[in-house]
Amino acid sequence: MLTTIQILLLAFILFAISRVVLRAREKVISTQAAIFWSVIWLAALIGILMPQTTTSLASVFGVGRGVDVIVYISLALLFYIVFRMFVMIEDLRHEITNLIRQIALQNTPDKQSFSANKNKEKPKKK
Amino acid sequence: MKTVIVVPAFNESAAISKVLTGIPKKLKGISQLSTLVVDDGSGDNTSQKAKKAGVFVVRHVINRGLGAAIKTGLDWAKSQGADIAVTFDSDGQHDPTDIPRLIQPILNKDADLVIGSRFKKKQSIPADRLILNWFANLTTLVMFGVHSTDSQSGLRAFSKKAMAQIDLKADRMDFSSEILIEAKRHNLKIEEIPIKAIYTDYSRKKGQKNLNAIPVFARILIRFLR
Repeated sequence: MLTTIQILLLAFILFAISRVVLRAREKVISTQAAIFWSVIWLAALIGILMPQTTTSLASVFGVGRGVDVIVYISLALLFYIVFRMFVMIEDLRHEITNLIRQIALQNTPDKQSFSANKNKEKPKKK
Repeated sequence: MKTVIVVPAFNESAAISKVLTGIPKKLKGISQLSTLVVDDGSGDNTSQKAKKAGVFVVRHVINRGLGAAIKTGLDWAKSQGADIAVTFDSDGQHDPTDIPRLIQPILNKDADLVIGSRFKKKQSIPADRLILNWFANLTTLVMFGVHSTDSQSGLRAFSKKAMAQIDLKADRMDFSSEILIEAKRHNLKIEEIPIKAIYTDYSRKKGQKNLNAIPVFARILIRFLR
């Protein structure tokens, strides 16, 4: 018999998996990303439907309770995902800057105007 | 010898005219000297004032940061076939009379990158700036093995070789350390010369905020870890 929290989490995970499938079909996310998120949500599904699996996992890692090992793994994963997102945002910023630079340089004075601005002093020979 | 003085500017309409007036129009040993203002998406009339001062102006349509503006300036200098590029802050922090001494090691072929160091000679510098710069220099040394007495200086000179080889990726203040890292990676000859630092209320307000050090450090760390 499922408990209330199991039913709620189950409903949420089924919703999350449906989003992954939809976004993958729309090609909004790559196949690799779809596989990654499917594995994450399916693992969560197994943990919810068969809580004893988390206890077995905990004993493998030497952690007392099953729920603890899930929290530890989730935290590590979340921090890593945040880091990857930070890197991705930096890459996006860099691409925007390159675009802005190209636009700026296209609307800029050319070599002739550089020469027009030069002064007439010649370098002295040593 | 063609030289471009690159002046990155963001909302500097109050100071830019005076700064541009002070920049030399002729330099010994330089046959062509141009000044380029890189307006980094200013919301005021920085560009108009710069144009009025008779210098070249390129404009970022949106603000991308000091590092991005410097790279745009260096790219422009390269496209014009410049032999030397000098970066010069637009907030009045630098003394234009330092420029001839700054480019001299490049003219003598003694250096590819010359850093104008505010800390090589004794002068009055606010304590918070001393501490922040010390921290920045230490970070650059520990994380990337590059020693500099002023890794964050805005007054620098690049030879043609340095312009060609230094590839800047950082858009904001972390680009200062990146210049040194790139110079080290390409075995460029680096020289530091003492310069005068002019700290006014205006330049302190416009310059790097002390709290900016935290995100700058974070980005350097990310670059190190990625």
